[in-house]
Amino acid sequence: MSLRAPGRQTSPATAAETDTDAWIRVAGLDKTYKARRSEPTVALQGIDLSVRRGEFVSVVGPSGCGKTTMLKILAGLVSRTAGDVQIAGNDVNGPLPEIGMVFQAATLLPWRTVRQNVLVPVEVQGLDKEKYGARADELLEMVGLGEFADSYPYELSGGMQQRAGICRALVHDPAVLLMDEPFGALDAMTREYMNVELLRIWQQSGKTVVLVTHSIPEAVFLSDRVVVLSARPGRIAEIVDVELDRPRDLSVMASDRAGVYVERIRRHFNATSVID
Amino acid sequence: MTTATPAGSTVSDPPGRSPKGSAAVERKSRFDVRERPELLLVPAVFVVLILVWQFLIPLFVDDYVLPVPSSIVDSLIQQLTDPLFWGHLEVTLRESLIGFLIGVGSAILLGTAISQVRLVEKTLMPYVVAFQTVPKVALAPLFVVWFGFGLTSKIVMAAVISFFPMLINVIEGLRAADADRIQMLTVFGASKLQIFRMVRLPSAMPFIFAGLDIGIVFAILGAVVGEFIGAKEGLGYLLLQTNYNFDIAGMFAVLVVLSVLGLLAHFLIRFAQRKIAFWAEESRVIAA
Repeated sequence: MSLRAPGRQTSPATAAETDTDAWIRVAGLDKTYKARRSEPTVALQGIDLSVRRGEFVSVVGPSGCGKTTMLKILAGLVSRTAGDVQIAGNDVNGPLPEIGMVFQAATLLPWRTVRQNVLVPVEVQGLDKEKYGARADELLEMVGLGEFADSYPYELSGGMQQRAGICRALVHDPAVLLMDEPFGALDAMTREYMNVELLRIWQQSGKTVVLVTHSIPEAVFLSDRVVVLSARPGRIAEIVDVELDRPRDLSVMASDRAGVYVERIRRHFNATSVID
Repeated sequence: MTTATPAGSTVSDPPGRSPKGSAAVERKSRFDVRERPELLLVPAVFVVLILVWQFLIPLFVDDYVLPVPSSIVDSLIQQLTDPLFWGHLEVTLRESLIGFLIGVGSAILLGTAISQVRLVEKTLMPYVVAFQTVPKVALAPLFVVWFGFGLTSKIVMAAVISFFPMLINVIEGLRAADADRIQMLTVFGASKLQIFRMVRLPSAMPFIFAGLDIGIVFAILGAVVGEFIGAKEGLGYLLLQTNYNFDIAGMFAVLVVLSVLGLLAHFLIRFAQRKIAFWAEESRVIAA
């Protein structure tokens, strides 16, 4: 867990895209939903993306642009129509054990304690309960839920539940952390707090993160790069390198440089006059 | 945000309402009459009804048609001190419980198969729906013909009548699992069996307990109806005997015993539900 990702200096986007040992590789990805009575819907078209090991990448875009579909394809939950998707050298044709995922709702099981919830991936994948039990405790300690390990989810606030959800996504030490609008249901204050927490967790764990969000400032604050998708069909409109110094705190967001990034990304939304 | 220690970070968690606080408040007001006026009103209504029955009704209705509460209590005490009565009670209890276990057990097995295997569902569901519309009580004479005047016909009746509410609850319950929870387990690589064990079964627990609750009351009903048709012992038989003898107070005494039996069974199952499916009542508190 103390493993820090090596070489986190931001490099030009072009370098990343030609990087052959990229940790996540998406090439020529198309997704078309076939409908019985109407025209097929093209959700994603020609997506090419490479993510380096330890990188934090966000995906933003207008409503219905297919950003959640893209994440679900990475997670192996949704099949693709065309293209290649690789994670840590494995072709994605179903859920990979290398994946940890955080969902829009915390999705904790109410009949399990917080600790038992965090250990769900360990149980499912038949990993060593003792070894990973210690890791679960460590993670809960790290997100400040140590004393709530034996509580049940209904005893926790929304933000605490989502933090437990993040622990669950990390417990089996996955190569990649996928996050699907994880803070969308939280109030603004809690959300900012969770963003800071997430940065801290990311820095301590050194995971590769792909985060889908509809908050542009959130994407800028957290990410090394922000992938901007266009309205349907979802294509990559731009990949923005966020060259703000790390470690970051919330004061960064008041800076002019952050504002420039936010504006630059927002322009894409204004062009289509659809704001998520 | 400088949250160095874990303890510090929980304290500074913005949605700072104490998660355990509401439980404490609930406990305090549980027996507070101002919070729950029904704690006073329910017994009050009971007392008023009994008083009206004891002192007002006899002015209009003869005692041998509708006996007053005091004669029912007399009759009840007489019954409870009679070893013969306890024999009848034991027979009915045995019939109900065995029938209940058979009915509920087979409903759980069949319901699981129907909810999990498409082919079983498609094949058997029409029959389930068809049999469900049959008034089960009307089958009792048939069962007496088939299985005789002994315990068996009553056990079959109790089993059949407690089977259907349980079956419907098992099928509904196993389908009630939240799609997001199933997706969550899928991402982490869970097999179908693991998803069943870790999400579908626990999700069905509140439904299964609802089925048990209805089922146990129905099983007692089934046993008593079976005894009506043809039996030499049991509370249903006793009910008919008192009826033939025009011992209306005695009938009421048996009815009181049957009601208490149903109530006890109901509370026993509610107690088990609180212990086993403890999350069901609190689960609506879980934030989206």
